[in-house]
Amino acid sequence: MSEPILEVTDLRRLFDVSKPWLERVVAREPRQLLTAVDEVSFTINKGETFALVGESGSGKSTVAKMVVGLLGPSGGRVRFAGVPEGQRPRPGMVQMIFQDPYASLNPRWRVADIIAEPMIVTGTRKDAASRAARVAELLTLVGLSPKDGDKYPHQFSGGQRQRIAIARALSSEPEFIVCDEPTSALDVSVQAQILNLMRELQERLGLTYLFISHNLAVVRHMAHRIGVMYLGRLVEVQESDALFLAPKHPYTRLLIDAVPNLAEIGRDRVPVQGEVPSPINPPSGCTFHPRCPIAMPVCSRERPAFRDGAACHALAPQTVAAE
Amino acid sequence: MTEKPVLEVKGLTLDFATRRGTLRALDGVSFTIGRGEVLGVVGESGAGKSLTGTAIIGLVERPGRITGGEIRLNGQRIDNLPPKEMRAIRGRKIGMIFQDPLTSLNPVFRIGDQLTETLQAHLPLSKAEARQRAIELLIEVGIPAPEKRIDGYPHEFSGGMRQRVVIALALAAGPDLIVADEPTTALDVSVQAQIITLLKRLCRTRGTSVMLITHDMGVIAETADRVAVMYAGRIAEIGPVADVIRHPRHPYARGLMGAIPALDTRVKRLTQISGSMPRLDSIPKGCAFQPRCTMAIPRCSLERPELVQAGASRAACWLANAETEVPA
Repeated sequence: MSEPILEVTDLRRLFDVSKPWLERVVAREPRQLLTAVDEVSFTINKGETFALVGESGSGKSTVAKMVVGLLGPSGGRVRFAGVPEGQRPRPGMVQMIFQDPYASLNPRWRVADIIAEPMIVTGTRKDAASRAARVAELLTLVGLSPKDGDKYPHQFSGGQRQRIAIARALSSEPEFIVCDEPTSALDVSVQAQILNLMRELQERLGLTYLFISHNLAVVRHMAHRIGVMYLGRLVEVQESDALFLAPKHPYTRLLIDAVPNLAEIGRDRVPVQGEVPSPINPPSGCTFHPRCPIAMPVCSRERPAFRDGAACHALAPQTVAAE
Repeated sequence: MTEKPVLEVKGLTLDFATRRGTLRALDGVSFTIGRGEVLGVVGESGAGKSLTGTAIIGLVERPGRITGGEIRLNGQRIDNLPPKEMRAIRGRKIGMIFQDPLTSLNPVFRIGDQLTETLQAHLPLSKAEARQRAIELLIEVGIPAPEKRIDGYPHEFSGGMRQRVVIALALAAGPDLIVADEPTTALDVSVQAQIITLLKRLCRTRGTSVMLITHDMGVIAETADRVAVMYAGRIAEIGPVADVIRHPRHPYARGLMGAIPALDTRVKRLTQISGSMPRLDSIPKGCAFQPRCTMAIPRCSLERPELVQAGASRAACWLANAETEVPA
């Protein structure tokens, strides 16, 4: 777990959310751009799980899409180890597991064909017999029976479908898998099965995961390192244990505190007020300052630099002293 | 509890008539909710928790039909009332909060109009009085500048604020019971915390009882007094929330607690329950959980266990009292 497999530098993505051209010209309105992701940098080491957490609209899925190449970045770079500047990694080296196993499997295809498809597309196995053998192997690997290959997706439950989606992701022999909310659509007992399976596969196959989730407990269970996102920016990146024991950024603290916990029965709390602001018109300075319990005057003026794993003015002694 | 319960459900059975025969979605569900009590109902999809809520508010749709048991509100039987009388109870005596605040508010009416309509339908108020009352309700649920916001449309509110409006609507006529079906599932965690706190505070000050339906055990732990764990249309275990969470008696409840990843500790492997919940057309004989149960005995596949007292809770398991306690 030493050398980096992925390096993301200053990633940025804008979306055009302007009204249609004619309406805009008639009303004399300018173009309107939404910054979904800005100044996001992180590295992921081989064999580890790096998680991105955040509430809706924090840009975590947009980062995931840029990493796999489904979206082009508006700025910054995504570089995989050993891949020359400006090129994509070999086909099939990066794969993705999606949230909804009901939407991500083609209902008209047999499971065996679904799983074999990446091998055909990436050309890893050219003859049908070796593909069939590999499909059977993969089905067993994810805890299904090789006979299940003849069935259609509707014959499986949500958890089994997610197993099929994992088998498909593994069929092109990837090194890096982006998992976008892989268990959010599943019930807890089934979620436990899938999380356990994903960790087993990581150990056996030496996979690296970029794990996207809004569920902190799931992230805690899966990730070695965690990045917390708020309104398109990384506010904190830390080792998983350190993040939960000693969160640095006030937003991380808020997030951890907001999760209802089985250990605290009947807890009364004072929740932080306010909601995530609209990314179309984000607050000035540190975007978290309107909700921050320890905000200082400087927070609404200047954007804090990312230093020692977190982006917060309160963590810079000089700034605190000057206030 | 010597006081009469607000809600009494006894042997509630609900069937769906389909072309391929009758499916039993709820099978002998019994529980009570006392005054001012919050009963949490948890279970995975298809366990019948939402259906129980729907049956209580009398909104079961065809081909579903209540075929057995009774539901009593303050002692009055409400499951066999004609639709017109039920409509007078719904909103007045029983308030409802649904998962998605965007679909439970009418997008083309101002929220003030929706509130005053509800108020005037159930209480003898003039238009001006109803509006005044609506503003008070909005203050109570924590909407800033209610005099201005009352004339806004639902789309002008954020998700959390919309759910506050829905809570105001549910509380409008001062009901005895609120059925809240996944009230925070569509919200982000920080907003979820606000809504839970609000719901708890309002019920405490008004003495309203709540049936809180959710799949999130954490929400239950923080909010509920008692909890019912449902599985395949039946209650597997019911008891005080601390007992069910720390010392679950039913193997399913135990598996469920172990399957939830915790924030404070990281385990190597989560407890997993193999398989998934049976479909309604193939519920096994005997105990419905028996095929997935690690401690099943021959009796489990022959006879169905009823709820029996086990510690402070009641569990539907032949081994409920035979178990050694598993440390939490």
